[in-house]
Parts: sequence; structure tokens; C-alpha cells
Amino acid sequence: MREKIIEKILMILAFSAIGLLLLITIFIFREGLPVILKVGLSDFLFSDQWAPTNGHFGILSMIISSLAVTVMAIILGVPLSLACAITLAEFCPRRWLLILKPTIELLAGIPSVVFGFLGVILLVPLIRDYLGGPGLSLLASSIILAIMILPTITSISIDALQAVPLLYKEGALAMGATHWQAVWYVLLPAARSGVVTAIILGMARAIGETMAVIMVAGNALKIPTSLLDPVRTLTSTIALEMGYSSGDHRTALFAAGIVLFIFIMGLNILANTLMRKK
Amino acid sequence: MILLNAPGRQTLMKILLWILTGSTIGILIFIIVFIFYHGLPQLTWTFLSANPADMGRSGGIFATIVSTLYLIIIALAFATPLGLGTAIYLTEYTHEGLMTRLIRFGTECLAGIPSIILGLFGFAIFVMAFGWGWSLLSGGLALSVMLLPTIIRTSEESILAVPQEYREVAYSLGVGKWRTITLVVLPSALPGIATGLVLSIARSIGETAVIIFTAGSSLRFPNSIFESGRTMAVHFYILAREGISMPMAYGTAAILVLLILVINMSAYLIMRRFIKKYT
Repeated sequence: MREKIIEKILMILAFSAIGLLLLITIFIFREGLPVILKVGLSDFLFSDQWAPTNGHFGILSMIISSLAVTVMAIILGVPLSLACAITLAEFCPRRWLLILKPTIELLAGIPSVVFGFLGVILLVPLIRDYLGGPGLSLLASSIILAIMILPTITSISIDALQAVPLLYKEGALAMGATHWQAVWYVLLPAARSGVVTAIILGMARAIGETMAVIMVAGNALKIPTSLLDPVRTLTSTIALEMGYSSGDHRTALFAAGIVLFIFIMGLNILANTLMRKK
Repeated sequence: MILLNAPGRQTLMKILLWILTGSTIGILIFIIVFIFYHGLPQLTWTFLSANPADMGRSGGIFATIVSTLYLIIIALAFATPLGLGTAIYLTEYTHEGLMTRLIRFGTECLAGIPSIILGLFGFAIFVMAFGWGWSLLSGGLALSVMLLPTIIRTSEESILAVPQEYREVAYSLGVGKWRTITLVVLPSALPGIATGLVLSIARSIGETAVIIFTAGSSLRFPNSIFESGRTMAVHFYILAREGISMPMAYGTAAILVLLILVINMSAYLIMRRFIKKYT
């Protein structure tokens, strides 16, 4: 009897994560949908007029900025992350791996506000002095994000590379391939789904990152035309305006949250199905 | 590149790979050294024990340390039973099936939700719907949502690492299922579970986006969990962003980074000892 009650209690607890996920979905949609219904979905998504106090709620420039920052972060971050993953998984002694992998993972522990702060005082002046523009820019945010998503991509890619059966590599080496050829032509393609999952999860982290981006992106409300333009992402708009917004304005921020939420859930589900296929 | 033969290309690639890996580790070391170089000289007893004065321009950071502690305690008080319960249920009470897949999927999705969304959620439910306003309680609860997936995952892995024989011996002695779990399985899995909790503390210390919308940023010393409070990370963000005081900002950043490094490294060491024991 007691055992049965305990089992029931544990079962209820076990549904807490999925329950919270549902609750989050319900609350974000409940708070944000009214404004989307009011201005219409296409005006909301495809207009770049954002003047909430005058009733203009177009988030196009933020969507484009968020995507641009994420894509650039991936372009900069993936080669670096994969290089780290390949080095650690293949070209370094096992004892070093045990030290270097957690060391790189320490990078994930550095708070995003600290990344943003270092971006502002070190990276932004460099960009301003050597490349021009205000310094606070798409480029600055992408570089900071590339570093921030590196531990995620590296760590998952290492696991994916190590999960490839040793036979594959030995086969390639037996055929006379060099170690690098075996890695490039055999190991990486075999670990592809894991590596792609890693990149997708990195994207999800980049598009959702807020505090670091607010500090280095410049937050100008327009569609960026160059890497040196200041940008304002979905996340930074929410964080910047949440404090003083009210009424429809606040609802519109939740609506921007819905768009972000859909992006993230899409990426998560994609990563999840890729993982499962393996 | 084409001119090189295969071994030559391999050497070239190896050099390139090590340069990139070296620079990544270099970035990490640079960040730590830079923050410590500018911040550690600020760390005096007054800095740690005095309350902030004049918007944070002078005084110390004591109130923010207390707010941070409150938030961590509240968040763990809620997330630990939920996470541990989920992990026990997944490992000891069910077989792989639709339900476990659903629960795992939910956990993974929850882990992927960015902190700004959790901040919005916490604001909508705890601050507004429940009417608790900006308070340490609202912040702690929102934070617990962020911590839950990590706690579930680490607890699950540690419980799975406990050898099956331990349970069988207990059963063969006539010990019931729940008593086996509490007396045999959980004590053996404790180091792993503790690692998850310790890592959660480190994440809580560095978090900003969830907290700023739920706990607010009042600089006053928090007298109860129904008051707003400013954590160290939020304090650092405001000091740096509004350019209130660079020395104070560096000092706070140094404390943040120092705590997080020490916590993460000790968590890693506990985990390694734990893994060694069972493999």
C-alpha cells in the first residue's frame, strides 16, 4: 500500500518537467497572442515598424537581426569548435583529453554578462578602431556568441566522434590512409548526425542568448545591411523594454517571445529527432 | 595544399588544429586572468561585508551576496525534490516506453528554453498572475525551472551508475522497494546527485535574464523572500552597463568568476571520483 502511494507520488513528480513546459507554452501564448491577433500575423512578422507607443508592432528587423547574429555566430564558431573537438577526440593523448575537455567546458560556466562586458571593453573598441562603424555591431555580437556556443558544440561533437566504432578508423588506416585522412573522410562523415545535432543546439543557444548580446550589439532598430551595423535582436528587445512597458506594448514583447519560442522549439525538436535516428 | 603529399597535409592540419584549440584555451585563460587582474585587488573585507551605497558606487556587495544565496536556496528547494523524484521514477519504476520517452523529450526541451523566455514566464506567472511582485520567491521559482532539467539528467545518470547487484542484494534480504531506494541506491548515487546540485548552484550564480524580470533589482538588503533583491550577477550587469563604477564592477565580476570556477572544478572532481568507484 505504502509502496503504491510512493509510486504514484513519484509519477506525478516525473511529469513536472513536461508540465512546466506546457505551462510555459500556455503562459507565453496567453500573454502574447492578443497583440498578434490585433495587428494581424503578417503585419506583426513582416513589418519593420516597431513603435509600440504609437501602435506599430512590426518585428521584422529583430527577426532578421536575430537570424543574422545566429548565422554569423555559427559561421565563426563551428570551424573553431570542430577543430577543438577533432583535436581533443583524435589528436591528443587520452590523459590530456581528461583535462582539456572539462577546461573547455569551463568556458560554458562564464556568465553571459561577463562575456558581454569583455565584449564591450575589449572587442568593441577594436572593431571601431580597425574596421570602422560604431563598434557595437552585428560582428561584435557574432564573435562573442561564437565563443559562447563553442563549449556546447565541441563537447557534443567529441562525444559523437568517440561514438564512431573503432573499426571504421582502423579500416581506413589499414587501407593506408593517414590519421587525418581517416578523420576527414571516415570519422567525420560517420559522426555527421551527432555533429549536426551539436550545431543545431549551438544555434538554439545563440538565438536565445540575451545579456551578452544586449551589451555588444548596439541595439539600433533597423534591418542590418553590413556586419558593422548595430543590431537589435528579439531577445534584446524583450529584455530592454520589459522593465518599462505596459498594456499592448508588454503584450507585444510576449508576442516576440512566442516567435523566439517557436524558433527554439523547432531547433530542439530537430536536434532531438536527429539524435534519435542514430 | 594540393602540392603536399598526404603525410605533409596531415602535419599541416595537425598544426592548424592545435593552433585553433590552443587559441580557444587561450581565450578562456585570458578571460579569467583579465577579470582577476582587474578585480581581485578590489576584494577587501569591506567589499564583501558592507552593503552597497550610492547606487553601488561605494560600500560593498553584501546585500547582493545575501540575495544570491536566498535565490539559490529557494530554487534548489523546489527543483531538487522534483528533479530527484523524476530521476527515481525514470530509473527505478518504469521501463523504456512511450511515457519515459515523453518525459525525456519534455526534459530536453525544457533544457533548451533560453533564460529570457523563462524570465518572461516567471514574470507572467509568479510576478503578475500570483501577485507576488518582483520578489526573491518569484525569482527562485523561475530559477528552479531553469535548474530542473540539469538536476533530472545528472540524478538519472548517477542512479543508473549504481550496480544492479546492490538492489538485488537488498531485495533478497526482504527489503522493500522504496527502502532499497532510500537506504541503498540513493546513498550510493549521492556523489553524482550532489554534482548536479553543485553545478546548479554555479549556473544560478551566473544567471541574469531569468532573475532580473522576476526578482527585480532592488539594492536594499532583503529582509524576507517576498521582497525584491539584486543578485551579484544582476548587480554586475547594472554597474557595468550603466557605467556606475568600474572598480566595483570588476570586483563583482572577479567574485562571480572565482566562485563559478571553484564550484565547477570541485563538481568535476567529485564526479570523477564517483565514476572511478563504479567502473
